[in-house]
Parts: sequence; structure tokens; C-alpha cells
Amino acid sequence: MTQAMTGAKMVVQALRDQGVEVIFGYPGGAVLPIYDEIFQQNEIRHILVRHEQAAVHAAEGYARSTGKPGVVLVTSGPGATNAVTGITDALMDSIPLVVLTGQVPTFMVGNDAFQEADTVGITRPCTKHNWLVKETDKLAETIHQAFHVATTGRPGPVLIDIPKDVQFAEGTYTEPRRARVAHYQPRVKGDMAMITRLVEAMETAERPIFYTGGGVINSGDAATQLLRELAAATGFPVTSTLMGLGAYPASGEQWLGMLGMHGLYEANLAMHDCDLMINIGARFDDRITGRLSDFSPGSVKAHIDIDPSSINKTVHADIPIVGDVAHVLEDMLRLWKSRGRKVNKPALAKWWAQIQEWRGVECLTYVNSDTIIKPQYALQRLEALTKGQDRYICTEVGQHQMWAAQFLGFEAPNRWMTSGGLGTMGYGFPASIGVQIAHPEALVINVAGEGSWLMNMQEMGTAIQYNLPVKQFILNNERLGMVRQWQTLLHGGRHSHSWSEALPDFVKLAEAFGAKGIQCKDPADLDDAIAEMLAYDGPVIFDCLVEKHENCFPMIPSGEPHNKMLLGDASTDDAIGSSGAVLV
Amino acid sequence: MAALNIQQGTSKHSAYDLRDPNADAIERHTLAVIVDNEAGVLARVIGLFSGRGYNIDSLTVAEVDHLGHTSRITIVTTGTPAVIEQIKAQLGRIVPVHEVHDLTVEGASVERELALFKVSGTGEKRVEALRLADIFRANVVDSTLESFVFEITGTPQKIDAFADLMRPLGLAEMARTGVAALARGA
Repeated sequence: MTQAMTGAKMVVQALRDQGVEVIFGYPGGAVLPIYDEIFQQNEIRHILVRHEQAAVHAAEGYARSTGKPGVVLVTSGPGATNAVTGITDALMDSIPLVVLTGQVPTFMVGNDAFQEADTVGITRPCTKHNWLVKETDKLAETIHQAFHVATTGRPGPVLIDIPKDVQFAEGTYTEPRRARVAHYQPRVKGDMAMITRLVEAMETAERPIFYTGGGVINSGDAATQLLRELAAATGFPVTSTLMGLGAYPASGEQWLGMLGMHGLYEANLAMHDCDLMINIGARFDDRITGRLSDFSPGSVKAHIDIDPSSINKTVHADIPIVGDVAHVLEDMLRLWKSRGRKVNKPALAKWWAQIQEWRGVECLTYVNSDTIIKPQYALQRLEALTKGQDRYICTEVGQHQMWAAQFLGFEAPNRWMTSGGLGTMGYGFPASIGVQIAHPEALVINVAGEGSWLMNMQEMGTAIQYNLPVKQFILNNERLGMVRQWQTLLHGGRHSHSWSEALPDFVKLAEAFGAKGIQCKDPADLDDAIAEMLAYDGPVIFDCLVEKHENCFPMIPSGEPHNKMLLGDASTDDAIGSSGAVLV
Repeated sequence: MAALNIQQGTSKHSAYDLRDPNADAIERHTLAVIVDNEAGVLARVIGLFSGRGYNIDSLTVAEVDHLGHTSRITIVTTGTPAVIEQIKAQLGRIVPVHEVHDLTVEGASVERELALFKVSGTGEKRVEALRLADIFRANVVDSTLESFVFEITGTPQKIDAFADLMRPLGLAEMARTGVAALARGA
């Protein structure tokens, strides 16, 4: 059935037909017709943020915690440019988003009109794909194609720029099933010859390891289940990137913890010394590999990734497998079982003995204090007091983010929202809003630093308006801790502009917005204060005053290989060499 | 690692260092990219090259199938084998890209480029320019008493050679189209 309707109505109809329940947005001149249509319906809920960047991060939080695409609606010009950081963040972390931007009318495009920006030009390198729709007749089909592209293959953000005259004009609506999407169909089944080689390698490997990433979570619940089944059946150790936490449960016996620059000693040493590395949906990011020429020098590397461009990008794959994680794991598991479920048991036992030895180092040990709250201690208490709850954790970016990854355990996928690839300070608070919108009854905590948190603090208004009981757990060291740490390691302790002066009184700030503020500075009061935060039915800013000069360990200094980890303050002098100094 | 029964690797990041000894050598490849003929598609391709630091030696683009709405972009690029592979994979990721062909490795191919040369001069130099143009099978497409415009078609090497010869004979201006290329055979 074809229908004539205005472009603005088409937008709402297409979103409805795509099953969209929530959009995050901010109105403005170039999207007024769409907002008028939103006003006249009740099926799609619109969440009014306080800044367009936050709309995108909230949509990311929604997408990551549900597995569904997040939808954003912003106006032209500054609305679109403010969204760019969030869009880039979603591209780096492979988060499916559909961003709708208003544009000046087609006859004014190119005239430097009021609030005009070349939105498709600006966002071309930071979207998976984008469209400028110049005819109303093509609008609905474009929106359906956008959802297809955002969610198919390696997920990512897409953007549709809609001039205002296209929103006003009438056109013919195209239903989702009539939209042409056939051209973009990435391959999901892995090559069986390569999968066979991988299974053969697994049967004889002496020191194997599963190195899993965000691709497992993006692939969906089936991938998580298959990973757990495969790990249990083979007995191989499992480590994960920051993005992949939760795919394998932190309580699992084979869990080595996160790997990488601030990963666990046992995880990094196992990566360095393994003889078979099975990369499942991770991308050999520089935070993971350290110095490339010394990265896991003795291993055969298998790489499962849905994006062919990820394979052989930085690290050569001996066994490259292009495909969707769930499809490939299913084939691997079936083949491995049919060949007799073989593993090299004696060698594996030795491997585990070695790993136990590394675990004995207890790399997360820190010196606790009776008088001041250590950030690690704060997270340990948060973990203890929220364990067993259906808990969603967001973070900002910096030391607190790494400590959260180290000290909080994730039992299920889609429970951990953090900005990995782009490292966007200001991500966590709006992301927590998106998560809470998707899971109104769940406990949603944003572990933050005071520096990052201030970057999008205006979203307190959103949290209050929609009565979202998001808990802002701020580890306040009055420092940009990670910057300070690098200045200590690399710049002779000259802490250039890495302290937070003129901080607000966070308790009063919370109260000014109508939320609850809690401050805690004594370790003895911490449990009660956290309990108070958890018990409060509404948004809370928890100002946790922590040790100001704590450094985050373990750490692989930039430019060093995995086996050159720093474990504590004693060994930090000149830790970063001159070749590492240019790296970030 | 012999126990793993895996064909030995080809990378310095692998357990085995059996790479092609020329793996770090710069190669020149001609890529044919079939794309939807839509707004911005050329910007996507060029932006990929500039954003990721790849080289473009020459680039040509034109619609080749009006009904199918597709264009053919021919790119001549240089890089190590790993970079060339990465370029092809990244091109393949662009949504409106249908096919990426590496004509340099996919069997024999023909490459042609068209160029226009304006050569100014009188007397013996002018006669010599005309004589050389004849040897190169260049056509005269414009003539005044003091200048010629030659049209020449050939491989980029042939056009380079012609340019070298014309330079001392009064080469004033040159326009080149960049390479168009097709695989040989049916």
C-alpha cells in the first residue's frame, strides 16, 4: 500500500515501521516539521537532551544496552556539528545509530544560509554511510536503507540529512519491505577451509588463548552463548578487550581479566607467551598490542572479524576468517565436536600452571588507607554492594574508566558502556541516561572522574525531567588523573594544566538541579554512603573524594611490549622511552 | 609450533619470518572500482585515501552504465603489498562500492591515458616537434603559426617519454586524463 504524506510524517512513519520506540533529540529551525509530527503522536517517545552531543551518547548507551539501533534527531548547522563527536565515537566502537539531521531548504543549500553546514561533507569520514535526501519520494526508502546499513555487517552510525522543504513536501511513502537493500549484504559465514585450519590448530595447541572483543557482543546473544560453550568445552583461557567485557563472565574460572595497556598481568603475559591466539571480534588496537614488532612473537594468530579491512590491518593473521562471530563460532564448535573434541590436555595443564603463577603476582594489589578513600577501594566496595543486581555500568574516560574495567566484574553482555576507540570524555553521563531509558527498572551507574563528568553535566536537566535514577559515581581526585599520570611518567612530573580548579560543590549542584547529592571522604563511611546512593529513587551525584595522586597500574608503557608491564610506583621512572613518547 | 600443523606464516608479527623478501617494496597497482553513480561517492573514495594516508598517482571517473547507474573509478596507487591489500579492503567497505578489482594482479590488463600537449615554437624546433609527434602517433588537434596542440594516447610511460622530448622543443602546457584500464580477454 502506498501512501501520500509529507516528508515530516514520513520520517515518523518510517521510524515506527522500523520498530523505533525512543529517539534522542533537540529541536531547531530545520527540523520543526518533524517535531510537529512527533507532537501529534504517542508511539515514539522523544527524549529531550540538553546538548546534541549528549543525544548521540545517550543513543549509544541505548543501543549498547539493548542491541538495537539508537536514533537521534537534531537540527541543521550547530545541531549537526555538535553531534559529530558522538557520531565519531559510535564509528570507532561499532555502535549502530541512525542520526537524522535537519538541513536548510534545498534551494538555499550552498548559500551559507542561517544554520547551514555541509553536514554530509562533515560527517562523511565519521559515519558508516550518509545521505542527503533531496526528494520527498526517496525519503522513506532512504531511512529504511539507513537502518539496514547501520545494523548489518559491522554496525556503525549512519546519518540522513533532510532539507526542510523535503520535510514539508508531499511524497509517496515506501514500506520497509520495498526498500532496496540487496546491494549491501556483508558476508556472515566464515570460510570452512580456514575454520578447519583453526580447529586443527586448537586440537594441538600447547598455549592457546581466546582474545575476544566487542564483536562478540555486537554479534548478539548467540555469540556470547557460543563463546561460553566453546571456552567451557576446550578449557582454553579467555581474555577480552575493554569493549568485550561481559561476553565471557568475570566469575568464570577461565577468565584472565581484561588485556591491554591497563590490562591484567596474567592476561597480557598469556597473550605474549601463547602459541595460538584466537582473536574473536577484536581488532588488534594499539591499546592492546603495545609495541607491534614484539607483540606475541611466538604465536599463530587466528582472526575472526566481520570486517575484511580489520584483518591484516596492523597484525598479520595466519588464519584469517571473515564472518559474523556467532556464525563462525557455531561452525567451529560443530567441527571441533565432530572431530572428537580433541585438545592437547598435558600441554594445557602446564599452560594453566603457568597462568596460575602469573595470577599469583596479584597485579591489582594497591596500598589501601584508613584515612583516605583509594579509588580502587571505592570501586571494590561498589562492586561488593551491587553484586548480583541487574546492573549497567557506564564510564567516562580516564583512570576511573580503567579502574572500573579492572575492579568491576561483568557477568553478561550489554552491561558495560564505555568509550573505547575514541576515548570521549563526557560520554558516560549521557550514555547512562540512554541506558536508563531502555531499562527503567535497572540499576544504572556512571563511574566518572570529575573532569569528564563536567563535560556533559548539563544532562542533569534531562535526568531530572524524565526522573531517571542514574547514579553518578564520581571518583573526584581534583585532577585529570590519566593526564597527570602520563605527565609523571613522561614529562618529568610537570603537571601542566592537569588539575581541576574551581570545582563546583557537587552536593549543592545536585540539589540545584533537584537531585540528591552525597559526598564521601572517609573510607569508614563509604559503605553507608554507597548504600544511601543505591537506596535513593532518583538521580544521585556521588562525590567520592579519593586519593589525589594514585596512578593506575598495571600499565604497559606506550611503545613497550606486553612483557614489560609496570606493576607499581616503584618502577615508573623513565618508564616511557623516547620512541614511546610520541605515541599517545 | 610444528605441532600446530599450520602452514608457516608470512609476517614479521607471526611465529615465522618467511615473508616475501620484497614485502616492504613499494608496488604500483591499478584498481578499478565500480560504484553507484550518486552524490558524494567520489568524495568518499578520495577522502578514504587522504584520511588514511594512501597515495593516488592518478584517478579517473565517469559513468559507464547509465541504466545501472554505476560509475567506474580507475585509481593508480602505490604502496607496500600490505598497504595495497588494506586499500582494497577499505574501498570494499564503502557502502556504494560494488566491486574492487586489482587489475595489476588479476591477470593481464591494458592501460591507456590521453594527454594534450601545447608546444610553442618556430623554425627547426617546430618541425622537429611535428616529426616526433608523428613517430608517437600523436594527432595535431589545434595549430597556429607558433604552436601546436597534440593529442596523444598511450601508456603513462609513453606519455612521459613524449613529454620529455617535447620539453626542449617548447612544451608550454600539458593536460593528462589519468589512466583508464581494462582486463584483457573476454
